[in-house]
Amino acid sequence: MDAVILQILNGLDKGSAYALIALGLTLIFGTLGVVNFAHGALFMIGAFCAVTLNRLLSLSHQVVDETQKDFLGNPLKVDVPYVNDIFGEATGSAIIDWSVPLAILFSIPVMILIGVIMERGLIKHFYRRPHADQILVTFGLAIVLQEIIKQIYGANPIPTPAPDAFTGSFDFGVLLGFDPNAVIYPYWRLIYFAFAAVIIGAVFAFLQFTTFGMVVRAGMADRETVGLLGINIDRKFTIMFGLAAAVAGLAGVMYAPINSPNYHMGMDFLVLSFVVVVVGGMGSLPGAVAAGFLLGVLESFASMNEVKAILPGIDQIIIYLVAIIILLTRPRGLMGRKGVMED
Amino acid sequence: MLGLGKKDITLFAVVAVLALFAPFILNPFPAGSSLAQFNAGYPDLMQRFVIFGIFAIGFNILFGLTGYLSFGHAAFLGAGSYSAVWMFKLLSMNVIPAILLSMIVAGLFAVVIGYVSLRRSGIYFSILTLAFAQMSYNLAYSVLTPITNGETGLQVTLDDPRVLGQTATADGGIPVTNLFGLEMRHFTTLELGPWQFQFSVGYYLCAIIMLISFYLAIRIFRSPFGMMLRAVKSNQQRMFYTGLNARPYTLAAFVISGMYAGLAGGLMASMDPLAGAERMQWTASGEVVLMTILGGAGTLIGPVLGAGFIKYFENIFSKINDQILHGWVAWLPDGLEDLVVALIHPFVGKGWHLTLGLMFMLIVIFLPGGLVEGGQRIARSLRRRKSTDDGKSASTEPAE
Repeated sequence: MDAVILQILNGLDKGSAYALIALGLTLIFGTLGVVNFAHGALFMIGAFCAVTLNRLLSLSHQVVDETQKDFLGNPLKVDVPYVNDIFGEATGSAIIDWSVPLAILFSIPVMILIGVIMERGLIKHFYRRPHADQILVTFGLAIVLQEIIKQIYGANPIPTPAPDAFTGSFDFGVLLGFDPNAVIYPYWRLIYFAFAAVIIGAVFAFLQFTTFGMVVRAGMADRETVGLLGINIDRKFTIMFGLAAAVAGLAGVMYAPINSPNYHMGMDFLVLSFVVVVVGGMGSLPGAVAAGFLLGVLESFASMNEVKAILPGIDQIIIYLVAIIILLTRPRGLMGRKGVMED
Repeated sequence: MLGLGKKDITLFAVVAVLALFAPFILNPFPAGSSLAQFNAGYPDLMQRFVIFGIFAIGFNILFGLTGYLSFGHAAFLGAGSYSAVWMFKLLSMNVIPAILLSMIVAGLFAVVIGYVSLRRSGIYFSILTLAFAQMSYNLAYSVLTPITNGETGLQVTLDDPRVLGQTATADGGIPVTNLFGLEMRHFTTLELGPWQFQFSVGYYLCAIIMLISFYLAIRIFRSPFGMMLRAVKSNQQRMFYTGLNARPYTLAAFVISGMYAGLAGGLMASMDPLAGAERMQWTASGEVVLMTILGGAGTLIGPVLGAGFIKYFENIFSKINDQILHGWVAWLPDGLEDLVVALIHPFVGKGWHLTLGLMFMLIVIFLPGGLVEGGQRIARSLRRRKSTDDGKSASTEPAE
């Protein structure tokens, strides 16, 4: 029993990442009708926002410290970050320690900007082109973005730690009456799940309860009619693209402490996210989220030793297997709408 | 002749000449000169040109004609490679049975995957094929290790049975792949003054097989069957209403292109008898899509051009390093020289993928028909200029 709960928990954080990326993909697909293969790259750029902010905050200058001596007896030079000069030493190091949560604030404008530039500069010209062309051009864009990041940050993963306060693990089992240390779970993953839930909730609330969201939903249902009513739907959709980019970016920022960011992390997630979107049903937001968590949890169940003993190798293929079965039995995915991508 | 139209014969002849004289054409610079690094006429690279050409020709039969964008074709290439290496391990080092088996295995794979995937179209089809390919890739790495030898890759070893051949050569080495005794790696060098030309058995085998596959592709394009496939692309619904079932046609196209991929995989293993799972990864599938698009999907010569183009530039661009760049722009003033080198640096050497991505985007944006369309546009504008010149002179003359 405790093993099962542990696997569910393990699946949740990966599932949250899938759900967040798939949510953005579906938003873009539902609003603009564009299949965006560069979405994984946006996730990756988000993670590198965290890296960048960490580096910016750690920018330092050398100061001669008279109290410390090196082995020759000369005064030691120490690196002092600029933030320490501005905010004092205690606050300064706390800021550096908290660079990942701070990167959330930093990444939102950056990601929205990147998203809007991408939409206005490139995607806009591909609305009327076939889906194959959209896939190909965004695939090319993903390669370019990935290579640029590789040029700047190198090919090795860059460790980006979470704040010290969250480094431990949470003994979840005790709450449910199991032995101590039976079900332990790192704090940061718990936070990741909560964060993902908040973001997903916020996106849904935004679409459901604001006028802007209402217009966007109307535009998703019937773009032309909304345009005929005198609403500039294109601008709204551009903003939605920026928003989707920000969601992917935030997913990436928060994922940085879980897995050290490297330049191909986006591609690794992209393939799975597409499977998630298709399983959930193209164009269905709840479907994307549900499928994200479902596949994340299934994946971690399949990697249990008990399961692997019965079906060797199942952990490697479970997601694809589920996707194939669902696509063949429910052609529109779990919650797909009629009339979306039927051709 | 051979059931080809006049235009197709010219096309085929051009490809044949290019393929058979490639050792000359690709070696325009004398050996030892500073430009010799741009020579591509060595067997290893030329083999890659034609093998990927075969792969792309096959992919084009599916994507170019029916419009079904498969993102999982590398799985067939990988399956072909593995079966060819198994043939080398169990039967003999002759390449013919290996290539035949790799085509059969890839074809069987394609029947199964195609039967399932072709129930859906559009992006669903792409995702399904991608899912199957990733599944094969993951399985090849994990559970199927007894068959695929996991991360190390499948290789021929000294203690393989090789029922019809010999286990080891007389001097105790691993026997090499051959065609009835003709070793694949055997080559002769022709020296003409400072030029060096290499003719390898392996390359010519690949080239001849490529020409045969190209010929078959032309026949498929021009056949009623090819017409049906085009109909699937332009309007499947109307095809249904006319009372035709599109599924058998698309499945046939899928299997044919899968067998082409298997053939390419088998040839790859024949040139260098090892097979690894990374040949099945989805980036490898992406590469063949790229080649086809770059050359021109749906055209006959496009995929061959695209494959050659990408493999050539991959090889050349990734070789250029800062030293070579400095050598080129040495005539510039020092500060400017460093600037130019710094500007070009990200695009060459290890940054070759950046160039590839940019090139790919530009092609899709401005030239959806690929290189072939570019050539046609240039030809058309030349012709138009000529005809307007004629027209002008014709119309002005009477007035004078």
